[in-house]
Amino acid sequence: MQSSSRENWIAAAFVGPFVIAYLVLFLYPTVRMVILTFTDAPLIGEGAWVGFKNYVRLFNDKAYLNAVWHTFYFVLLTVIPNTLLGLVFAMMVNRQKGYMQSLILAAFFLPYILPVSVVFRIWEWIMDYQFGIAQYAFDAVLGERIAVFRNKYWVMPMIAFVTIWWTIGFNVLLFIAGLRNISQDMYDASALDGAGRWKQFRYITWPLIWPVTALVLTIQLILQLKIFDQLYLLTLGGNVNNSMVLVQYIYKQAFQLNKGGYGATVAFSLFVIIVVVSVLQYQALRAKPR
Amino acid sequence: MNIQKIDFAGRLFSLLTLALAIIWAFPLYWALVTTLKPEFEVVQPGLNLLPKTWTLEAYTHVLTTTKIGVWYVNSIVVSLVVTFLVVLMGALCGYALSQLRFRGRTLLWFTVLASFMVPIQALIVTHFVLMSQFGLINTWLGIVLPQLIVPVVVIVYKQFFDSVPKDFREAARVDGASELNIFLRVYLPMNWGVTTALAIITFIGAWNSFLWPFLVSTSEETMTITVGITQVKENFGVQYARNLAAAVLAALPVAIAYLIFQRRVTQAIMLSAGIKG
Repeated sequence: MQSSSRENWIAAAFVGPFVIAYLVLFLYPTVRMVILTFTDAPLIGEGAWVGFKNYVRLFNDKAYLNAVWHTFYFVLLTVIPNTLLGLVFAMMVNRQKGYMQSLILAAFFLPYILPVSVVFRIWEWIMDYQFGIAQYAFDAVLGERIAVFRNKYWVMPMIAFVTIWWTIGFNVLLFIAGLRNISQDMYDASALDGAGRWKQFRYITWPLIWPVTALVLTIQLILQLKIFDQLYLLTLGGNVNNSMVLVQYIYKQAFQLNKGGYGATVAFSLFVIIVVVSVLQYQALRAKPR
Repeated sequence: MNIQKIDFAGRLFSLLTLALAIIWAFPLYWALVTTLKPEFEVVQPGLNLLPKTWTLEAYTHVLTTTKIGVWYVNSIVVSLVVTFLVVLMGALCGYALSQLRFRGRTLLWFTVLASFMVPIQALIVTHFVLMSQFGLINTWLGIVLPQLIVPVVVIVYKQFFDSVPKDFREAARVDGASELNIFLRVYLPMNWGVTTALAIITFIGAWNSFLWPFLVSTSEETMTITVGITQVKENFGVQYARNLAAAVLAALPVAIAYLIFQRRVTQAIMLSAGIKG
């Protein structure tokens, strides 16, 4: 298809704003980040060229490796539970009718639209060591109160729990859309053939919903690798090393310790991890379940 | 008999669903009811589902002693500007990608698709450097700019413009309408629903965004409300009612936007996940 120069100019006017924003605010910062990784620059200002020194340091930095581990631990705690629970909740909502359905969906979905600071305030209060109502449950089950966000063992699972409470509505919505695309005829026909609920789920719902499941898993995985906000807020004032994750480590190195070069190196490693993981997951999920 | 049994199981299932929904929403209720209690009552033991003394003291305290009004204005300005620019740039670019033939079109399209991979969070260091070079630390524009890259808006618009029948375009061309006119008078009005949905979800996203506004605004005067309510502490006493009152005020606009535009929000979420609904 031949494009005239006039058409090119018109098109340039249309794409111009986006392209300029893209170049200045996205491509340039990305390239600049990579360049920074080869310097010892502070956050603001020039630094000397240090070659691969930052990368060597990365692999010998215990705190960094810990942050990688915490990040993957968090992914493990959230991605699959959030996806499967999302499917279960969606199936529950889907069985209800009329205003009852909207009401129940709203209960699951409402937390998702809240700002993270609000989620933080709510759970800080519920889990409060002295006055939080969750402490009654801890007391009853474990016989003691637990400062969950300051406890080495509890901190990650509890933040994963809060994250699931906060974000499951998104998954529920996607699954409901998927479930509605499955024809009722299939269930009716299988019921005539004497299939029970479990068989219907196993041989109709699960395989037919799989594309949505794969989509939700992918979105979740990339999202949770970038965990920062709720974790940072809920562990404020505690020992941050118990739960330091990658984005938080970028923040610490670049903004708190003023190591722009090293911070950029950590950031670039996050970028690489996300690209690698999403390619791997894409390959893995293309396979259909039997 | 068999039918009755199934019905029973169904009832039980519905009951279970309802119970779960109540549990899920309970933290919201608990937060809300706490803000209506006086501070001394908040710390009383037990599960007091209603305040013994109803009071708005927590709200008046927050409204009169913190800069919450300033944060509100900052949040409104920043979110509106982000929404307007993201939607406008996305619509224009999506239109060109969908309807115009120009050099570099394929390259641009793949660049937009590929940018999904780059985590914005990884760019905080260089965004900060860039904004400080522009002299935009602690300014509205500094908060706005790095939030403008939302490739998904371009993609959604392109898909919707693709599905507008070509006849409309041909007819407008015959009438001598300019490209801008076709965009403004035909393609945009035919997709107001998409625009509304994208605008609402972008607004909610901008209002809720935390990490970048937190990094770029260090002065109380320029903080957005999402950042402000987490940063300012009084140094004495327990003040859960007040903290939560500030949180309720911060959540109010998005909660209202959601309740009014429920269907649009749902649609926008599907769209941004790649499900065309």
